[in-house]
Amino acid sequence: MSDGIKKAGRHVSQNEGLIFEKSAPGKRGIELPPLDVPAIDPGSALGAEYARDAVEGFPEVSEIEVMRHFTRLSTWNYSIDLGMYPLGSCTMKYNPRVNEFVARLDGIATEHPFQPQAVSRGCLEIMRTLQDCLLEITGMDACTLEPSSGAQGELTGLLLIRAYLESKGNPRRRVLIPDSAHGTNPATAVIAGYEVENIRSDAKGQIDVEALKREVRDDVAALMITNPSTLGVFEPRIGEIAEILHARGALLYMDGANMNALAGISRPGDFGVDVMHLNLHKTFSQPHGGGGPGAGPVVVKKILEPFLPVPVLVEKDGQPVLETHRHTSIGRVRAFCGNFGVLVRALAYTLAYGPGIRQATEDAVLNANYIRRQLEDVYELPYKSASMHEVVFSDARQKKNGVTTMDIAKRLIDYGFHPYTTAFPLIVPGALMIEPTESESKEECDLFVDAMRSIAEEAATNPEIVKTAPHSTRVGRLDEVTAARKPILRWKP
Amino acid sequence: MLAAVGAQSASELFASIPAEYRLQRPLNLPGPLSEAEIIAWFRARAAENSVGYTSFLGAGVYSHLRSVVTDAILQRGEFLTSYTPYQAEISQGTLQAIFEFQTLMCELTGQEVANASMWDGSTATTEAVLMAERLTRRHRVVVARTLHPEYRQVLTTYARNLGLAIEEIGYIETGQLDAKALAAAVNDETAAVVVQSPNFFGTIERIPALAEIARAKQALLIVTVTEGVSLGAVRPPAEADIVAMETQSFGMAPSYGGPYAGVIAAREKYVRQMPGRLAGQTTDSAGRRGFVLTLATREQHIRREKATSNICTNQALCALAATVHLCLLGKEGLRELAAQNLAKAHFAAAELGKIPGVRIPFSGPFFNEFVVELPRSVRIVNDALLREKIIGPLPLGPWYPEQTKRGLVCVTETIPRAEIERFAAALDRALALPI
Repeated sequence: MSDGIKKAGRHVSQNEGLIFEKSAPGKRGIELPPLDVPAIDPGSALGAEYARDAVEGFPEVSEIEVMRHFTRLSTWNYSIDLGMYPLGSCTMKYNPRVNEFVARLDGIATEHPFQPQAVSRGCLEIMRTLQDCLLEITGMDACTLEPSSGAQGELTGLLLIRAYLESKGNPRRRVLIPDSAHGTNPATAVIAGYEVENIRSDAKGQIDVEALKREVRDDVAALMITNPSTLGVFEPRIGEIAEILHARGALLYMDGANMNALAGISRPGDFGVDVMHLNLHKTFSQPHGGGGPGAGPVVVKKILEPFLPVPVLVEKDGQPVLETHRHTSIGRVRAFCGNFGVLVRALAYTLAYGPGIRQATEDAVLNANYIRRQLEDVYELPYKSASMHEVVFSDARQKKNGVTTMDIAKRLIDYGFHPYTTAFPLIVPGALMIEPTESESKEECDLFVDAMRSIAEEAATNPEIVKTAPHSTRVGRLDEVTAARKPILRWKP
Repeated sequence: MLAAVGAQSASELFASIPAEYRLQRPLNLPGPLSEAEIIAWFRARAAENSVGYTSFLGAGVYSHLRSVVTDAILQRGEFLTSYTPYQAEISQGTLQAIFEFQTLMCELTGQEVANASMWDGSTATTEAVLMAERLTRRHRVVVARTLHPEYRQVLTTYARNLGLAIEEIGYIETGQLDAKALAAAVNDETAAVVVQSPNFFGTIERIPALAEIARAKQALLIVTVTEGVSLGAVRPPAEADIVAMETQSFGMAPSYGGPYAGVIAAREKYVRQMPGRLAGQTTDSAGRRGFVLTLATREQHIRREKATSNICTNQALCALAATVHLCLLGKEGLRELAAQNLAKAHFAAAELGKIPGVRIPFSGPFFNEFVVELPRSVRIVNDALLREKIIGPLPLGPWYPEQTKRGLVCVTETIPRAEIERFAAALDRALALPI
């Protein structure tokens, strides 16, 4: 490890094979309480046609082996608890532990979604309170907490648009999507039954309003926008964009992934958005858990309320109640009422801040701009507009020595950080997308800046060390080509 | 730091937002609350729910034992607070755990390949149908009415805009799918047949026979499993082409409907049309074994509008819960757990069946859920049971208008014998009440 690396050092970490490789007959990890009713033999009770003996290939290991196995595996991961993730568009903020505690309470974790609403008042109150908070933050009129993720929120939003336009006589054919959009946007539009039309960004990386005017014809259902954009820049002409769409009877969908730049400062409902989703695993602190669970609630303007997916949370005699039938509804987008445990955590987060959520947003934007200032002399800044909560550089200068954004990202690992978002958005070749979030102190930001400056130096004077990074991890760069060509997707005895 | 960015105050950081869109007032939100106040608030909500009641509900969400070891592992910051494992070198813990999950799902279901998780059983089933549509290039689906009603509703929502026609097939006196009607309905335009086993009534379906019917017309058989513990005693649906499973029973609390983890398992030849993430084994340049996300060209971040699905965030931590839980149980533990469920439910069915007026209408084999028929409205009986702190049979009437006097009963290993007997006694009393 070079002297320039301040944040991380070497450490002995445990090796560990696959759990199946530790298995031996007769070991058990957990004992069950004894059966207090007469035992029955599955073979007799079900008949030979239906019965199974045992699951061959299942591991047999003891509790300590399970504990050590997964503990050792965990030590091979980076995590927010270890340090900053500068991942643009992911909003990797601190995951408050009180959220974990309340989600596990008896009476919260134990509730069944089909139990009578009379003994579910607490759950319904949690949902109502969260809905009210999300509506206040976004400036919208109605909400569904059902979607399981951002992508499912996007689908729900587009289905709402379709239902609304159908009620006006024509669902229309096309959805406009900027070339800077997250991949879920076009993938979702297709599932909603629309054709995708890509809209080019202008020279400033913003929506080309003149091109938009030409593209918005009577067969356009909606524009899917991210604001601030995936460049971290607020669309200055958002009001105009909304008007162009509305004048043609089209709607404005907003991908709420970048809400961390807006909460408490500006409300999408005030700048013309008709429908948007929120990522509770981004702005609202739900842990990423290695890839989920998340939740993607959708908030809408009044015109879309009749079409909300069932069940709809409504007010009856002053009590929140889940309405399972609504004949104008788009239907159900998942079983039961949503990722309730995620909703609990998001509400705990929101209650912790209250109106002070504005402060979190200010800190997030300040941190991003601080990093931008400290790095803009060594990394190329392709778009010079003001950054909000994230900043996008490119690898143009480092490319001269054959060092790419991927290489820089890998070298950042040696410096004790997780990489930033590489190669996205697509409109910036060789992108480095950096979002620190409000959770990071000045000290952590300075360590990140030092690391990035040091790597820029290395790219100029010693490019090989960057191009062959990381050097300090348990495994080096892995052969993804063979993994895809000859997939091995399970252990075999 | 403000000085470093050349600003006098935080509000200058937002100059790029047109003034008309900048809030001039604080948000009207409850809080801020301290940690203790947050806990008090949620405890108060918990007290308004069903603590102290005994529930006989299943229907896709099951109360099973959860080891404390599972949370001890889930709560490790390196699992809880880590990101999607795109940067494999510093995500080997997550990636290996996913690989182990995929393996366990294959062993359980009798399939050859499994993905890293879907959002839940209902969306896994829906995505399995879309997968079958892509594989066969056909646009009709035949679906059992005994597939969970909410799963069918989700499929309908998705199918409406994709030109997919859905036909439903009813059931016979065993509680199983009407195989004759199925055979009549499956034709050369059928992409898939979708059945659930054990089905919504708790009855186990005859999977090999149904597979034959589908295969005769080159349609794919999709089997949905909502109660994974059943696979510890019931033959796995190995004849299926695709299995869509809900894994909530393995270490995830009911939590009023989520988060859980769905999974899609299938024949290896279908893998390139499979949605969701896949962890694959590989090596680095020094020959060390490692794991990476693979076959990513199926996914939205690469293929965008041509992706197999729009799924991005899935349910990784929940899948980890399932992995830990299944490793703790192991081969013998899962078998014993399944046997306990079987024993409890069959004991309960026998006890309830003794009550005058109560029938067990379906004759087919069942695991831990079964339907009871009462001589009067299930809802009114449940009101009486609720007063005795029992959450009784789930009324079928809202979804099956021909079964208004029937309800679904689930009994898992968590319900003590004394509570089963108390339920039977309370039901007896409730039926004796004047109408």
